[in-house]
Amino acid sequence: MRDTLIQASYLLASVLFILGLRSLTRPDRARRGMQQAAVGMLFAIVGTLLNHTIVDYRWIAGGLVLGVIIGYPMGQWVPMTAMPQRIALSLTFSALAATLVGIAEYHTEIAAGVVPEHTRMLALGFEIMLGSITVGGTIIAAGKLQEWLTSKPVTYPGQNVVNGAIFLGVIGLFVYSIVNPSAQWAFYSMIGASLIFGILLVMPIGGADMPVVVALLNSYSGLASCATGFAIGNVILIISGSLDGASGFILSILMSKAMNRSFTNVLFGAFGSETAAIGAKSSAGMTVRSISVEDAAIQLAYAQLVIVIPGYGMAVAQAQHAVRELAELIEKRGGEVKFAVHPVAGRMPGHMNVLLAEANVPYDKLYDMDEINSEFDRADVALVIGANDVVNPAARNDKASPIYGMPILNADHAKSVIVLKRGMAAGFAGIENELFYDKRTSMLFGDAKTSLTGLITEIKNV
Amino acid sequence: MNLLELYVFVLAAFVGYMVISRVPPLLHTPLMAATNAISGISLVGSLIAAGSARDQVATILGFIAVIAATSNIVGGFLITDRMLRMFKSGSDTKAGPR
Repeated sequence: MRDTLIQASYLLASVLFILGLRSLTRPDRARRGMQQAAVGMLFAIVGTLLNHTIVDYRWIAGGLVLGVIIGYPMGQWVPMTAMPQRIALSLTFSALAATLVGIAEYHTEIAAGVVPEHTRMLALGFEIMLGSITVGGTIIAAGKLQEWLTSKPVTYPGQNVVNGAIFLGVIGLFVYSIVNPSAQWAFYSMIGASLIFGILLVMPIGGADMPVVVALLNSYSGLASCATGFAIGNVILIISGSLDGASGFILSILMSKAMNRSFTNVLFGAFGSETAAIGAKSSAGMTVRSISVEDAAIQLAYAQLVIVIPGYGMAVAQAQHAVRELAELIEKRGGEVKFAVHPVAGRMPGHMNVLLAEANVPYDKLYDMDEINSEFDRADVALVIGANDVVNPAARNDKASPIYGMPILNADHAKSVIVLKRGMAAGFAGIENELFYDKRTSMLFGDAKTSLTGLITEIKNV
Repeated sequence: MNLLELYVFVLAAFVGYMVISRVPPLLHTPLMAATNAISGISLVGSLIAAGSARDQVATILGFIAVIAATSNIVGGFLITDRMLRMFKSGSDTKAGPR
C-alpha cells in the first residue's frame, strides 16, 4: 500500500514536470505550468519520505532547512544580470547531489562487505564520472561568468594533449572499476581525475562561448541524475534526468549551430586566442565615422522603423532600462521599434530576452534572427548596442575569417546603422568588423547607458 | 538495473526531446532555470542516503546532497517564476498598472 502511494506520487510528479516544460512553449501559459510542476515536486518529496528504508529523520530535517535557507536568496534576490553564473552554480549543486549520492551508495555497500555487481557499477560509474566533470566544469564556468576568474581563454602549449591524457585516464579508471568493483582506489581516483578534467576542460573556453558550454554541462548533469536513477532503481530520477539531459542537449546543438561551430571546436578550439585572428582582414587604411549624440538623435527621431540589436555590451552597461525608454519615446513619435535577438547574444541561451523582459519590453517586440532578418531591408536605422560578432558581414563574405559561415543579423542591409560602442576594440573573436567601416555606419562612442540617456534627452528636444 | 528502466529512459528522453525542441528561444533562459529546478529531484536519492542510517559516511554525504538538492528546488522554482512573471505581451503592459 505504502509503495503504491510512493509510486503514485512519482507518476503524478512526472506528468506535472512534463506538462510544466510543455507550458514553456507559450509565454502566457508558462508561469502556471511551472507552478504546477513545483506542486509535482512537493508530491514526489512527500512520497519519498514515506519510504521504508528511511528510519532517521534528523539529518534530513537539518538538510531541508539549510537547503531552503540557501535556496531562497538564490531564487529571490539574485539580480537578473547575474543569471548566467546563477544557472552555472545551480548546475554545480545538482551534479554535486548526484555525485554524493553515488559515493554514498558505493561506500555503504563496500562497508557492508558487499561487492557491487558490474551493471550497478556501470550506473554508479556514469553517475560519478559525469557528476564530477560537471561539478569541476560548472564551478569554473560560474567563476568566469562572475569574473572572479579571467573570462579570456586560458591556454598553454600542449593543452589538448594534457586534457586528452587526463580524459583517457578517467575512462581507464571508469572501465577498471566496472571490471573490479572492489578496487576502491580506482573508484576514488576516478572522482578526482574527473573533477580535474572538468576544470581543465572549461579553463580554455572564453566568455562568448559560454552559452554552448553551460548548455552542454546542463546535459551532463541531467545524465548524471539519470544514472543515479539507474543506480538506485528509481524511475522518477530517470525521467527527470532525461528531461534535463534532453534540454541541455537541444540547447547545445542550437547554440553551436548559431555559431556555425562543432562541439569539438568549442571545447578544444580555444576561440579568441592569438591563432584565431590570423587570416582575418585587418583594418589598415579604413576609417570610421563617429557621430554626435545630437545627430544620432535626429536620425532616430525621424525613423519609421528602428531595429535594435542588443549584445553582451548592453548587459555589461546595464542599459536595458534605458533601451526600453528610448524605444517607447520613438514609438510615441510614430516610429516602430523591433528588437533583433541573435541566439548567442550574451552569455547564455536567451540572455537578452530575459534582460529586456525585466526592463518591461513586451515579448512580442522581441524577434528571433530568422523572423527579423528579412525586415532589415526596410529599416531606417539598425541600432547596435554592445553587439559585435553577430553583425559582422565577414561571416557572409570573408572565407578567411574564423567566423565565416556563422548566421548573422543583417544589420548591414538597413538604410543606416548606428553602433553604440565603448571603443574600437575588436569583438570577442578578435576579428575586425567591416560593418563599422561601412559608409552607412556611424559610431557613437562611449558607455552604452550614458549614450542612451543622452539620446533620450535629445530626442525629447527634437 | 533492469530492462524496464531502460525503456523508461528511452521513452522519457524521446518525450523530453519532442517537448523541449518546441520551446521558443525567447524562453530559453527560463527553460534552463526550470530544468535545473526539476533536476533537484535528485533530492529523492539524497533523502534515502541521508535517512537510511546504514553507514555514517553515507549519512553525511546524503546530508550535504539534501542541502544541495533542496536549494536547487527552492531557488530554481522561485527564479523561474520570477523570470516568467516578467514576460508580458504588448496588451498586458498596456492594461497593467504601470
